[in-house]
Amino acid sequence: MILAAANERARTITDTGFEWPTWPAFWRTVSLADYNTRVVIIGTTLLGIAAGVVGTFAYLRKRAMVGDALSHATLPGIAAAFLITGAKSLPPLLIGAAISGVLGILCVLGLRRIPRIKEDAAIGIVLSVFFGAGIVLITFVQKMETGNQAGLDRFIYGKAAGMIFSDAALIGAVALAVLAGVLLMFKEFRAICFDAEYAAAQGWPVMLVDVIMMSLVVLTTVVGLQAVGLILVVALLIIPATAARFWTDDLRTMTLLAGFFGALSGWIGSSFSALLPRMPTGAVIVLCTGLIFFISMMFAPLRGVIASIVRRESLSLKIRYQNLLRAIAEVEEQAAPGISVPYAHLLAERSWKPRQIRGLIRRGFRRGDLHAGDAGGLALTSEGRERANRVLRNHRLWELYLIRYADIAPSHVDRDADMIEHVLSPEIIRELEKALAEAPPIPPSPHAGEVFA
Amino acid sequence: MESSITFNARVQARPAQRADDHDVSSPVSIHDMTVAYHRKPVLWDIDYAAPEGQLIGIIGPNGAGKSTLIKACLDLVPKASGSVLFYGQPYRKARKMLGYVPQRESIDWDFPASALDVVTMGRYGRIPWCVPPRKKDKQIAMHALEQVGMAEYARRQISKLSGGQQQRVFLARALAQDAKIYLMDEPFAGVDAATETAIVQLLRDLKSAGKTVLVVHHDLQTVPEYFDQVLLLNMRIVAYGPTKTVFTQENLHKTYGGRLTLLVEAAEAVARGGKPT
Repeated sequence: MILAAANERARTITDTGFEWPTWPAFWRTVSLADYNTRVVIIGTTLLGIAAGVVGTFAYLRKRAMVGDALSHATLPGIAAAFLITGAKSLPPLLIGAAISGVLGILCVLGLRRIPRIKEDAAIGIVLSVFFGAGIVLITFVQKMETGNQAGLDRFIYGKAAGMIFSDAALIGAVALAVLAGVLLMFKEFRAICFDAEYAAAQGWPVMLVDVIMMSLVVLTTVVGLQAVGLILVVALLIIPATAARFWTDDLRTMTLLAGFFGALSGWIGSSFSALLPRMPTGAVIVLCTGLIFFISMMFAPLRGVIASIVRRESLSLKIRYQNLLRAIAEVEEQAAPGISVPYAHLLAERSWKPRQIRGLIRRGFRRGDLHAGDAGGLALTSEGRERANRVLRNHRLWELYLIRYADIAPSHVDRDADMIEHVLSPEIIRELEKALAEAPPIPPSPHAGEVFA
Repeated sequence: MESSITFNARVQARPAQRADDHDVSSPVSIHDMTVAYHRKPVLWDIDYAAPEGQLIGIIGPNGAGKSTLIKACLDLVPKASGSVLFYGQPYRKARKMLGYVPQRESIDWDFPASALDVVTMGRYGRIPWCVPPRKKDKQIAMHALEQVGMAEYARRQISKLSGGQQQRVFLARALAQDAKIYLMDEPFAGVDAATETAIVQLLRDLKSAGKTVLVVHHDLQTVPEYFDQVLLLNMRIVAYGPTKTVFTQENLHKTYGGRLTLLVEAAEAVARGGKPT
């Protein structure tokens, strides 16, 4: 009872206080104990699934921004439907929304056919003109006696908290249609997203498949208007799909993951705004997708930023280490195997920083490739010599290959060879060996004389 | 040379497709085909019948309409006039006989798909609506990958393949179509030596299996080595026939030389609205 009173108090407009939810309130939300909360959370979660799944294909078809034009283009339809029917009930408004949304897409497609109008310009034009028309119509509606209570502006920003059972059921039906459509048409959608022209050459009616795909986008967008609003609904289409792409290279997994991310955003977002009164649900849901996107972008092991930095760093460490071994091997080549190479020579050989080279030397000792030589220098162990000669050999092979086949001046070769020898696969090396059949075990350096001058 | 006025008349007349204008025994028979982009003609009055079981190089300078020729055959760009028959059948009925290799740059390779996924898409034309590819389709796709020497890369994400490997994936996808006639758009463009060798070998295998292969090709030096027949093209057909007799200095000069200025001017006049300058 106390809780209910607190909620009542929080809902009055004059109350600007902020209250953290109590544990019981938290539990009631998480366990979906309240009927209203349950409807809202289930509704937005289903919306997230539908938008994530169909958004995957809109994103891969490079139609994500068409979704934005579509959602903005629904507004005049909503207002017009209200003017015509005078009804506050949802179905006619959503039908109006769908009609003008589709009209908006057709306008984008039509404008694009005109030479000199690119897709982004077409989208910008349609989006803003339709939205402007919608605002004008809504202003007009609100000046009418009945229009005041229509609350049409809820379609702009979204009002998930006002969701009733029939709204959630409608979203559920659309989610079901999206899942069924994607399940049945997975092959067709994949074909036109990857290579529409090839699909057409195989005899697939690309236009029809596109229409089916865009219909699912339209359905999802239109039922999402109430919950997240037309400005933000496109985020649910694009962001979960983009986030999912960081985790996987498989379309099936990506689709499932995008649906899951959408669901998670819908669920967490609406739970949050149930707990913190006056939080705009749509915006919180979109912020959740944004957070999921950020985490995916940074931490996904496959394509995430951190993973690729780690990969790049470990490759560059490997390259620097191989260069150290090669520098010693080149000295051995000029002098004798087992010679102790002074530290100062290595420092002069490359643009290494002292700290860097000390790290590399420690690595060499750890791996047993190096041991301390005479007079405080460094020498290769027999194991290290084997490794170093392999590196040197690849390097020289590649240098020769570049000179002979790529027609690069010998003075420029060394740098290019440095880049590539560390990633040469055994099969390319075999190929090089074949191409340069007469090459001795370690071909002489094309910079003869300058290496150890 | 055509004048722009007769060209317009031709476009408007749109002669009906008649089988007796075609050589029905030819794998690819093109009759009186004209193609225009934004009303500017890029191919004029193409009449050609490809001989069966040959490797045919389509040769011509940039902008000669080589890719357009292939795309028009596959109904990917609209024809202003004329028709194409495959063994006497229109494209709609013949599409299962056709394998297509588009230019590698035509798609975004950062698509979530493995090499095997892409090659399996070659089977999609034979699978009905809403039915996923079967095990048999995957096996055929795998076999196609083996044929181009890419079996070990089947599971690799396509963006992690080299350019030559990507090209081989595209070829394998066309092989998986199990076609009689192959249309290839610059399969040799920007590939490494290993891929070039693999493609040449594949072309010869296709030929010995009785397939007809039309290949848009850029490198003039390798033409006599790779192709039995050539089709020299520069907005119109300059010459065609066996490489030995047709691939001559004189014909090449006609194809690449500056003798077509009149035709280009006419094309631009048509684009401006049929008013000659």
